[in-house]
Amino acid sequence: MMLQAAVATPAVAQAAAQVATQAPATAPTTAIGEPNAVAMTFFFAFIAITLGITYWAARKTRTTEQFFAAGRTVTAGQNGWALAGDYMSAASFLGIAGLVATSGFDGLIYSTGWLVGWPVVLFLIAEPLRNLGKYTFADVVAARLKQTPVRLAAAIGTLSTVTLYLIAQMVGAGTLIKLMFGLTYETAVVIVGAAMIMYVLFGGMIATTWVQIVKAGLLLSGAALLAILVLARFGMNPLALFAAAADQYGATVLAPGKLVSNPLDTISLGMALMFGTAGLPHILMRFYTVPDARAARKSVFYATGLIGSFYLMTFILGFGAMVLVGPQAIRAVDAGGNMAAPLLAEFLGGTPFLGFIAAVAFATILAVVAGLTLSGAAALSHDLWTSVIRGGHAREGEELKVARYASLGLGIVAILLGIVFKGQNVAFMVGLAFAIAASANFPALVLSIFWRRCTTAGAVASMLTGTIGTLLLIYLSPVIQMDILKEPSAWFTLRNPGIVTIPGSFLVGAIVSMMTRDEKALAAWDGAVHDMIVGKDETASS
Amino acid sequence: MSSHALHVRRWRIAIALTAGVAVVYFGFILLIAYRKEFMGSLVTNGLSVGILFGALVIVASWVLTWLYVLWANTHFDSELAALSGKSGSVSGGPR
Repeated sequence: MMLQAAVATPAVAQAAAQVATQAPATAPTTAIGEPNAVAMTFFFAFIAITLGITYWAARKTRTTEQFFAAGRTVTAGQNGWALAGDYMSAASFLGIAGLVATSGFDGLIYSTGWLVGWPVVLFLIAEPLRNLGKYTFADVVAARLKQTPVRLAAAIGTLSTVTLYLIAQMVGAGTLIKLMFGLTYETAVVIVGAAMIMYVLFGGMIATTWVQIVKAGLLLSGAALLAILVLARFGMNPLALFAAAADQYGATVLAPGKLVSNPLDTISLGMALMFGTAGLPHILMRFYTVPDARAARKSVFYATGLIGSFYLMTFILGFGAMVLVGPQAIRAVDAGGNMAAPLLAEFLGGTPFLGFIAAVAFATILAVVAGLTLSGAAALSHDLWTSVIRGGHAREGEELKVARYASLGLGIVAILLGIVFKGQNVAFMVGLAFAIAASANFPALVLSIFWRRCTTAGAVASMLTGTIGTLLLIYLSPVIQMDILKEPSAWFTLRNPGIVTIPGSFLVGAIVSMMTRDEKALAAWDGAVHDMIVGKDETASS
Repeated sequence: MSSHALHVRRWRIAIALTAGVAVVYFGFILLIAYRKEFMGSLVTNGLSVGILFGALVIVASWVLTWLYVLWANTHFDSELAALSGKSGSVSGGPR
């Protein structure tokens, strides 16, 4: 069940647990879990190449702007690939393929849910963010408001999102890599953590960007190759594949099934997925790496194309694994179904292809944790150290030094948390991270960008309501009360609080803003609108 | 057009398109939640309504994204260029 860490939602974990009990004990012949020479070769090649990139990037990382924003020289096309690499986690690849392979249609709810956030990022956030901010989303919220309270509240939201997401990725990494390479869990966590620390600490955003670009290229080409090999067996016709799945396992595999037991929960999860993407700190941070708002806009366009194509391919991979490998054989290797894509690769291309896909999964996790760590370091050094502790006037080079210590610290914390949470059910943590991003970060961003009357008190109240409300409702929900604490019932019945906390944060932000006056914020509105639309002159940035 | 007027126009378009995505996606989710049988019915052999709609949600996201970029690259950027020319700043303008 641990592998469900790779999949975002608790509902999925629960359903997988139900089906797992029906899985037969017969394990198929597979090289999964044994040290695989090809996998090792690809894996070390990836590490060698990315460390080479890091060495090159380290020599170009001399200032804070280079460390956090790659000197704002990333092109729209490069950023589109990097966004895709930053976003598509192992959950997307292994999790969705596994879900579709074992439960059919239901897995597609996630394929679509993880894409629909991107148009929202484009329409509401990307361009104003790029024009108003420097390194973090707090720059935008704080643009007209009082620095200290806004930065503190935003840092709480950012660090909660990043920590939960990191735990889920590290636990997923340890378990996946243990399964695929036969390494121990702890070794896998330490390797992922150490490589990620090297990229971020020395190569900053430049290295992180290129690791994400290489990973997106590997992931998309790996998935495309798998999809083509699957379709080649069905006359290149996806419908023939779906028909074969329906013939073998019944027409129900093409219809909504038991994962959608509570409609309200499905809608709540959908809200968190849709608005959470626009509040993920590591995604928002990438918009500062391009030269201007126009490039930010184009980069989302490319990212949406790439990510959408990938999720369309998960339809093929999932049903391909269902027909060619079989749900029972998949569950026999891993009850959560996460080995569907690797098993499919082994079936189609033998051990070498399995090795390639295993290395791709590893690269996928590394690129995501690097982006997460960098955004956490930006909250600690830029928002907390420079803006709050130093009142906006850090000494030359100080912010960069703090950023490096913060990256190292966060990397070590990530490794420790990965080890501490070994064997725990952390499946709910990605869903929780999305819920906090959607309730704490997204409403405050939208209110401060589009509403003149938004006040410091309003924005802070909205962010705190989002973070605390989400954590509280998750604690009171069946996810913690029933799954983890084994209580017979839970006070709050939904597994994802998005449907309550997202409107709640908007409402609290609006009401508190209307009850308070913020003369400074009102006076700064004209200037902020001008900056948002026309852009600030970048030459002044450090 | 002033930067305020441009901000308001961009906001209206952004809200309309966001509502568009929300209607498409939550429409899909509501059909899954409340019309399971309809979503499971077959359009043709191998293609259920649910799978077709799922693929269409992704395609609709692409189309709405493309529409926005099309509008922004032409209308927004040309208004912005006129505005920047007036205020003497070129930052953020079309390159």
